[in-house]
Amino acid sequence: MKNWFASGKPWIWMTAGSVSISLIAVLGLVMMIAWKGLSFFWPAQLHEMQVANTDGEVSTLIGEIYDSENIPLSRLSEAGITLEGYHEDRVTRLLMKIGNREYVPLDFTWIIKPLIKSDKTPDGLAKVERSKDGNFYGYVEDVLENGQSVVNDGNLRAVLAKRIARVQALNEQAHELQTDEIGSINYELNELRLTQRRLEMNNELTDAALAELEHKREQLHQRYQELEDKLFELRDRAKRDAVVIRDFRNKEVTLPMYEVIAITFPNDMNVLEKAGHFLAQIWGFVSEPPREANTEGGVFPAIFGTVFMVLLMSIIVTPFGVVAAIYLHEYAGKNAITKMIRIAVINLAGVPSIVYGVFGLGFFVYMVGGSIDQVFYPEALPSPTFGTPGVLWSAITLAILTLPVVIVSTEEGLSRIPSSVREGSLALGATKAETIWRIIVPMASPAIMTGLILAVARAAGEVAPLMLVGVVKSAPTLPVDGNFPYLHLDRKFMHLGFHIYDVGFQSPNVEAARPLVYATSFLLVTVIVGLNLTAIGVRNHLREKFRTLDQ
Amino acid sequence: MSSDSAQQLAANRSRLIKDKLAKYGVTLGGTMVLVALLLIFFYLLYVVEPIFRSVELDPQQQFDLPGKGQTLVMGMEEQSEVGYRFTDSGEMIFFATQPKKAFDREPGDILLEEQVVGADEMVSFAKTLPVNHQYAVGTKDGKAWLFTPTFDVSFPGKAGGTEPKRLIEPKLTRLNDGKPLLIDQQHRALTKLAYETNDKAKLFVAQTADGKLISTFFETRSNFLTGVKTLVPHYNALTFEKPVDDLAIRPDLRQFMVLSGNQLQVFDVSISGQVTQGQRVDLKSKLLGKPERLQLLAGASSLLVAHKGGKVSQWFEVAGDQGREYQFIRSFKTAGEIKDIVVEYYRRTFYTVSDTGALDIFHTTSEADLYHDKPEGLSLSKVSVGPRANMLLTQSGDQLHLFRLHNEHPEVSWSGLWHKVWYEGYPEPTYTWQSTSGSDDFEPKFSLVPISFGTIKAAAYAMLFAVPIGLAAAVYTAYFMSPSIRKVVKPTVEIMEALPTVILGFLAGLWLAPLIEEYLPGIIAVLILLPAAIIGSAAIWSQFPERIRTKINDGRVSLLLIPVVVLVGWASFAMSPWLEHVLFDGNVRGYLTNELGINYDQRNSLVVGIAMGFAVIPTIFSIAEDAIFSVPKHLSNGSLALGATPWQTLMRVVLLTASPGIFSAVMMGLGRAVGETMIVLMATGNTPIMDWNIFEGMRTLSANIAVEMPESEVGSSHYRILFLAAFVLFIFTFIFNTVAEFVRQRLRDKYSSM
Repeated sequence: MKNWFASGKPWIWMTAGSVSISLIAVLGLVMMIAWKGLSFFWPAQLHEMQVANTDGEVSTLIGEIYDSENIPLSRLSEAGITLEGYHEDRVTRLLMKIGNREYVPLDFTWIIKPLIKSDKTPDGLAKVERSKDGNFYGYVEDVLENGQSVVNDGNLRAVLAKRIARVQALNEQAHELQTDEIGSINYELNELRLTQRRLEMNNELTDAALAELEHKREQLHQRYQELEDKLFELRDRAKRDAVVIRDFRNKEVTLPMYEVIAITFPNDMNVLEKAGHFLAQIWGFVSEPPREANTEGGVFPAIFGTVFMVLLMSIIVTPFGVVAAIYLHEYAGKNAITKMIRIAVINLAGVPSIVYGVFGLGFFVYMVGGSIDQVFYPEALPSPTFGTPGVLWSAITLAILTLPVVIVSTEEGLSRIPSSVREGSLALGATKAETIWRIIVPMASPAIMTGLILAVARAAGEVAPLMLVGVVKSAPTLPVDGNFPYLHLDRKFMHLGFHIYDVGFQSPNVEAARPLVYATSFLLVTVIVGLNLTAIGVRNHLREKFRTLDQ
Repeated sequence: MSSDSAQQLAANRSRLIKDKLAKYGVTLGGTMVLVALLLIFFYLLYVVEPIFRSVELDPQQQFDLPGKGQTLVMGMEEQSEVGYRFTDSGEMIFFATQPKKAFDREPGDILLEEQVVGADEMVSFAKTLPVNHQYAVGTKDGKAWLFTPTFDVSFPGKAGGTEPKRLIEPKLTRLNDGKPLLIDQQHRALTKLAYETNDKAKLFVAQTADGKLISTFFETRSNFLTGVKTLVPHYNALTFEKPVDDLAIRPDLRQFMVLSGNQLQVFDVSISGQVTQGQRVDLKSKLLGKPERLQLLAGASSLLVAHKGGKVSQWFEVAGDQGREYQFIRSFKTAGEIKDIVVEYYRRTFYTVSDTGALDIFHTTSEADLYHDKPEGLSLSKVSVGPRANMLLTQSGDQLHLFRLHNEHPEVSWSGLWHKVWYEGYPEPTYTWQSTSGSDDFEPKFSLVPISFGTIKAAAYAMLFAVPIGLAAAVYTAYFMSPSIRKVVKPTVEIMEALPTVILGFLAGLWLAPLIEEYLPGIIAVLILLPAAIIGSAAIWSQFPERIRTKINDGRVSLLLIPVVVLVGWASFAMSPWLEHVLFDGNVRGYLTNELGINYDQRNSLVVGIAMGFAVIPTIFSIAEDAIFSVPKHLSNGSLALGATPWQTLMRVVLLTASPGIFSAVMMGLGRAVGETMIVLMATGNTPIMDWNIFEGMRTLSANIAVEMPESEVGSSHYRILFLAAFVLFIFTFIFNTVAEFVRQRLRDKYSSM
């Protein structure tokens, strides 16, 4: 035994164990996020339970089971709950989402398993997703039009589907009207106000100009009136229908149809239908805006904001990174400045990201942005245009942050190009610049791509600096829209990473939001791991390619 | 032919020019990286620098003393365009302090002169704290006149199309409808007077001509129907027989102090105006010299006492055995005997003028002697500070001088940031970070010590977790693992590095923290059982037949161990409830708090250590792995050939050669742990406490910036201190990274020679 220890075998095993732990940690983590994130979209069975409370009164609850945990009995007794006739140390309790927020104090409730008298998953139980007040659970009893029932002999589901489709179409029209047309009128009105202010400041506000502005304003107001009437009309039409639901109290509740987003019957679905529903839910998650303070709905604006910011950043970082790498690898002599630049690259990679945020806020937002406002947007002052956190400043800040990633990767690519290629080109009479531009850069382009992909992956996951330079929990408008100049680089934006932080930690309804956070995390992890795998793939491919070139 | 070559020549020339241009362009682009780093460095420094700047006085105007008589008090309005002085002849004189062409004003022009009270009537004078800017004159028949300077601001001339000019017109407003208030019912002369007010009441304390001390409390009652406010007096004759040197009233009207010889007598005032004798403080006990006058500081929790010999001492109430009592806190030394002592409107800065004519500026909390000189060589007799604390009006002889005062951040000093500071109301000097609060009288507490401590604590626990695992994994991957597996393992760990920290933080805060709270015994069991299980498996494996052992060689052990690790982990968690029941009576947290006296927060350092360790492992792993892998093979082969076991070779040859690289890996990991923001932000409670307890949280520099930066006012001390925190982080990581890089460079050079 002593010999065996002296041989070092156990220690080798210990080091091997560390690798196993790392592998389990990373794979387990990714799998857990995937499981928790995806299972949220799978339609859950709706339960109807008879639950006794501690006084022995029995009540009915309808809802989805979200979570279950095994806790020591002592925890219950600390909370003042005693279970009679239950003698084990631990007890299971279930977290149930019971929705119906208007009629219960909390739409999530813990149920202690031994207190459940009966538990069924009856057919016909419906889950109503609403644009307000969260989900509603119950049995669909009737569909009303102007208060009159329109259901006869068993065509309830068909009528329901048709009416929901109608109201959704109307809601969609109203929404488009509101965001696109009315939104653009508001935008133009604001532009007019700024124009007037600008003329005023330059002392060019003549009576004629003023009259013209007034005229335009009048026209816009008129159009606004018309659109508003149209909007109200659409809303009125949407208000026509209603659906009657029998809820957990066995009472019939009339829900206005225009608040209904979807009604599903998960207990009636077979696996195929569930799979279809699952995919539809995922699509909805990535394509819809959030509702109810980010605790319901999708994450489309966050995806859009992330992608837009990252694109902007790529446009900024690529030329700088590539040029710096070319300088370091092709031009730089072995001198003190080169050494300092190398140390600068290493340090730029190592400086904590929050420091970039602080720098971005102070330098770009307040100093540069403030100066831009002074010079170009004096009419809007004191409300800042560029002198406030926004997507442009975020992109620039992250561009500096990811600069070393691009430099290191590009330089590695450059160093893999055999010098014979350079020498050949130079020998044929090409200048150094021509060699680099025509031969070296095209050959290094996969490496540049790799660097860019890694930079994008890094930027997509970075949150701390963005919290200071431009990200918000809810942006009313996207940075791209139909109003001239179409790209609004001064706007604030939403970001997937910040969305996770905000919904997970600042949300008023943490229980409701948690699955959403897992889903968002899964989305982000998928994107980032995907990007990284692509980068690794490109890099390996590149190595193979130049290995053959070398021989 | 000739034209061809000429063309070619021209074309070549332009190619050469392009080549040159490209060279300069690329060089410029390359140096941009350096520029970016330097820009960050110097910009941070540029923002931070003003907090350490010393006070500067910038002379603006100089003019003859307007009006006659001795100055009792001087003051200025918000914009410091109009000043005023109240003289011993009972006259209020308003004068311009700055030239204003549009209104024909020159500095020193008298704008308004008004007799408040006849010179023969006036026997005493009192002023409130600067924020209330009211004055009281005590008369020889026991009454007090109240008055306040007010200023009307208008913008005439806007209609004329010219740029509107601000016109400030002074006015003397007499309070109480221009009538005096009766202070002493017996109509004795008020030889000494103190006055303070708030929106509900007014309090007078006076000494009468026959040496009696009286206090009069006026309660404001408003009629519900008419809204008319009336003052209802409550007269108190106090039994205090000693001579009175000075009086002071706290602006909350709950206390007043009487200075008599070396003793300070505190009186407590109830809401209805009842007066009871309170603490008696011996002011001379600290050998400060005989106390001469009292002055309350802005915020009014602190009392300043000017002593003979030029010392000023600060006193405030500290909770003790007998309730809250005044206690000596610190003292300041001025140039000579103190002739005037003035406090600022909002900050804890005070100004003294001594008989040598020198001006001293102090800030109490930061204990900073901000200024100590004769400005422009002047010998001062009176000083007054503007409401915005940006202008100083001084009197020297019969000249007035207006100075611009550059003193934006008196509350910050290097020692205040890094040493213990005794804040108002605290029982002892502490390291405290508390930047904001709901109250106006709040004194911000900026000590970087607790948050720096938090940073170090978080990084230390993360390293405790990450260094052993990261280095061991690197050793195995680089040295023992078979190449085919290494090809998969390395990218996997690199993916781990790419995982966004916001996700790690979210999982740590919302999943891991409750899990650890629930299964604490299980976590501890994992720490003990896992190594045991691994060694156990090794022992069992060594008993396996040779045939199987050679098939799965050392290079694949880590795959073999995966099920073992999973099983042990699962088993530990599964038996956690049982362990808790057997060892801790079913309640670990109760055991920790009651038996060991350890606080337990759900989001604690253990959670941070694991989560941030997870983020740091890949950094350490990949650099250390590279270092070990690039140790020349002939070294290890030589060692093996001489009969050393693989483990001996590793320990004595490979690790030794790779040690600089391993060191640099640890440094890089440390740099990352120090700067990490999202994980600590989400997985700790962000409370700035100083305690190594693994079950309590912390607040780090980076999380502190993330939390407070969006709310701090641009250019304020708070804003600049947050920049300082960023600068500290920058320097920390700069040192770590640069050292690591140098070490790695040296290592590379060494190998290339081998």
